[in-house]
Amino acid sequence: MVVTKFYKAMLPIVLVAATLPASAKVLPEDRSDVMYHGYDGGGVTIQGPSVLVRKAYKDKISVWGNYYADMISGASVDVEATASKYSETRTEFSVGADYLYNKTVLGIGYTQSEEDDYSARTFRVSVSQDFFGDLTTLSMGYAFGDDTVRRNGDDAFEDEAQHQSFQLELSQILTTQLIMTVGVESVTDEGFLNNPYRSVRFRDSSSANGFSYQAENYPRTRNSDAIAVRAMYYLPYRAALRGEYRYYSDSWGIDAYNGEVSYTHPVGDHWEFDASFRYYDQTNADFYADIFAFQDAQNFLARDKELAAFNSTSIGAGASYSFGHDGFWIFSKGSANLYVDYVMFDYENFSDVTAGAALGEEPLYQFDAVVLRAYLSLWF
Amino acid sequence: MKTLLIGITLLLLQSCASIEPWVSPFERSKLADPIMSFSRAPADSAYMHHVHQAREGARGAEGGGGGGCGCN
Repeated sequence: MVVTKFYKAMLPIVLVAATLPASAKVLPEDRSDVMYHGYDGGGVTIQGPSVLVRKAYKDKISVWGNYYADMISGASVDVEATASKYSETRTEFSVGADYLYNKTVLGIGYTQSEEDDYSARTFRVSVSQDFFGDLTTLSMGYAFGDDTVRRNGDDAFEDEAQHQSFQLELSQILTTQLIMTVGVESVTDEGFLNNPYRSVRFRDSSSANGFSYQAENYPRTRNSDAIAVRAMYYLPYRAALRGEYRYYSDSWGIDAYNGEVSYTHPVGDHWEFDASFRYYDQTNADFYADIFAFQDAQNFLARDKELAAFNSTSIGAGASYSFGHDGFWIFSKGSANLYVDYVMFDYENFSDVTAGAALGEEPLYQFDAVVLRAYLSLWF
Repeated sequence: MKTLLIGITLLLLQSCASIEPWVSPFERSKLADPIMSFSRAPADSAYMHHVHQAREGARGAEGGGGGGCGCN
């Protein structure tokens, strides 16, 4: 059983994109990151490694590879209500290359993600171009994902989903201390988009607790648009302030926004400290309900908490220690990093049915999660 | 009205043509400082995007020069 279903394989798009420097005239840095990641919250524990290696050849082409795994155990509240706990593993391999030609970087990438009930393949291409005295960078990307969905314990079930994503981002140096980006992304999905294990509730007077469950059913298409504005400012002393605002809207009726600020403060030649705050808020999907009036109340039915109205608040802190500035072995420098985020989720129309309260008196669900990243970075 | 719009457009185009890059390469030392990076480590950024996408309805425009995946 899975916690997340869609687009997992598109994740490495950001692995490439995020490594592109403010000016695309040079290829991303040669580096290797070995990371342990851990998530603990809402009855679910997810942990695993992520290993990323990137190396350029003749300053013209940079190749990279990433191995990533999620080892999941426990059960989220919506699964716990109708099924037992579980454990599973998802593994993901990605490879890609970036080619530098004058002031243009062309990128390609491929990802394969596997778990026992879900397979995903994603292809991506991107282009990034500097102009206007290298003050402006325009980046475009396209990704295509092809997924196969299965259901454990039901060999007869198999379906598929396709995803397409279009991205455009403009990055502009505004002053000697301020850089700003505006990015838009449109995503289209087609196919089996719901979770094959999850159920919705409907009122049922013949049931002792007043309700019964039936399988959820999502539309087979979804289109979404997101726009984000980000800015990074170098303060009058050596420290950086970063801000972000993103607005999102999709054809399922979800409108969302999030805002984030973070602060980076170096101390001495080796230490760097980070603090961040993020707030996220969304409305529910049109076909979402905490409980439906009767069975088959409408064509599309959902009670996934990810489609409910909710908000989340995150507070993050972290530290990085850099070493070997004069180079060691084959490396030019290294850093050890530890970052922790504490996230509080508050649902506005998703009841906690595991609380044992009578129908209509269940408390609204809320939970906290801890998100940890510990990693070693080596540059060569 | 149309003439006015055309006039404004022409004026803007002319002024654009005369704009020079206002931050010289030698003035970008602060922007080149590693602390001025939108993404401190690509593996970390990708993971945090995944954490958000798995639990939120929104996806896309996560940043980093055309990234984003919309994991849900």
